[in-house]
Amino acid sequence: MTRINLIVDGAKVADDVEPRMLLVQYLRERLGKTGTVIGCDTSNCGACTVHLDGTSVKSCNVLAVQADGAEVTTIEGLSDGENLHPVQEAFRECHGLQCGFCTPGMVMQSVALLEENPSPSEEEIRLGLEGNLCRCTGYHNIVKAVQTAAGASNGARAHRADVGASTAEVTA
Amino acid sequence: MIPAAFDYLAPTSVDEALAALAEHGDDAKVLAGGQSLLPVLRLRLNAPEVVVDLGRIESLRGVRDDGDALVIGAMTKHADVLTDPLVAEHAALLARATHHLADAQVRHRGTFGGALAHADPAGDVGAPALALGAEFTIAGSGGTRSVAADDFFVDLFETAIADGELLTEIRIPKYTGWGAHYEKFVRVAHQWPIVAVAAAVRVEGGTIAEARVGLTNMGSTPLRARAVEAALQGQPATDEAVRAAAAHAAEGANPPSDLNGDADYRNHLATVLTRRAVLAAAGA
Repeated sequence: MTRINLIVDGAKVADDVEPRMLLVQYLRERLGKTGTVIGCDTSNCGACTVHLDGTSVKSCNVLAVQADGAEVTTIEGLSDGENLHPVQEAFRECHGLQCGFCTPGMVMQSVALLEENPSPSEEEIRLGLEGNLCRCTGYHNIVKAVQTAAGASNGARAHRADVGASTAEVTA
Repeated sequence: MIPAAFDYLAPTSVDEALAALAEHGDDAKVLAGGQSLLPVLRLRLNAPEVVVDLGRIESLRGVRDDGDALVIGAMTKHADVLTDPLVAEHAALLARATHHLADAQVRHRGTFGGALAHADPAGDVGAPALALGAEFTIAGSGGTRSVAADDFFVDLFETAIADGELLTEIRIPKYTGWGAHYEKFVRVAHQWPIVAVAAAVRVEGGTIAEARVGLTNMGSTPLRARAVEAALQGQPATDEAVRAAAAHAAEGANPPSDLNGDADYRNHLATVLTRRAVLAAAGA
């Protein structure tokens, strides 16, 4: 067993884990965070995507011990509990899902994509979501959702720029 | 699917890592970013007793300017290679190929050195490293040695890295001002190429002064298309001249036959993709 300490969705956690335990197993089986799903289990489908120290990773392809000392955000940590994250809101607004199984990973990768490129073209969105498969093939509305979220956050940024001088501590 | 049980070591220096490899020998496997190794362990295609994780060795990360060359730490993540301004300026071909490697999540975890040491002939960074004449710094118990790109890739999943050794750095001569393009042919998103061609060219007044061309998945290792390079030298950067040179692309290659295409198909594909890659690299 190896001792790990990490921050998951804002909470400090510490556990003894077998080195072979995958991060996705740790999140689901130890922490009960079943919002992160296991799809293909071969690192193809992206359904298990979470953020590890601020960048998106496939949590079925990371060992829990590799996340020692890191900060992990799952789909369950995106909203503040009251309001959906703008990307979650956009997926709902655009109906960016069919069966919903790929949605946690799609949302997490979309958030990562928009952090790296706040105003992506349609092609950049499709390339950025290349590692996430929707077996219902509902890609069009997913792309629309990301475009909508990008527009919304660009609008929010423009608004913040207008009022930003007096309200300095606004975060994205 | 869960890997078989193993002991986990996370050294914080190259010396510690080498000591761990010396102690455990064949029972140990080196973990870099894990994007190839972890699927192998989960499928139980390999079941090492000890996994030595290089992820805590800070000195193996990053890109630095070393005069006439760039030095890239073996544990530098693909995503960091992709966005590095030095790589963009002096080794654009590597950035172009990395852009096409797997998908964003894999590029956030996978490492340049890990992919090279894994030596999958269908991997996207082997051909550009070979074409650019990279030098590989390999550390062992007796110190470090440097291996030329031509000698690094030995066979399928086999490199010049011996048991008990570690790839620590990759040195790439600067190709400042060269045009570059990576032309990758796939049928399915975020997959390995059926064939891909890495091309870098130096164009002077409409003439190709120098060219370097690497092939992905055209044999058991990445390959240099030397006949194409020789045929391009001194030629105008026109469709006709490049087409004639690209016809040599498959000379000396020994591509696999599989469900994606047989060897003849790949040989043909290599000529087409070479033409496209060289023309795009030359800006023609």
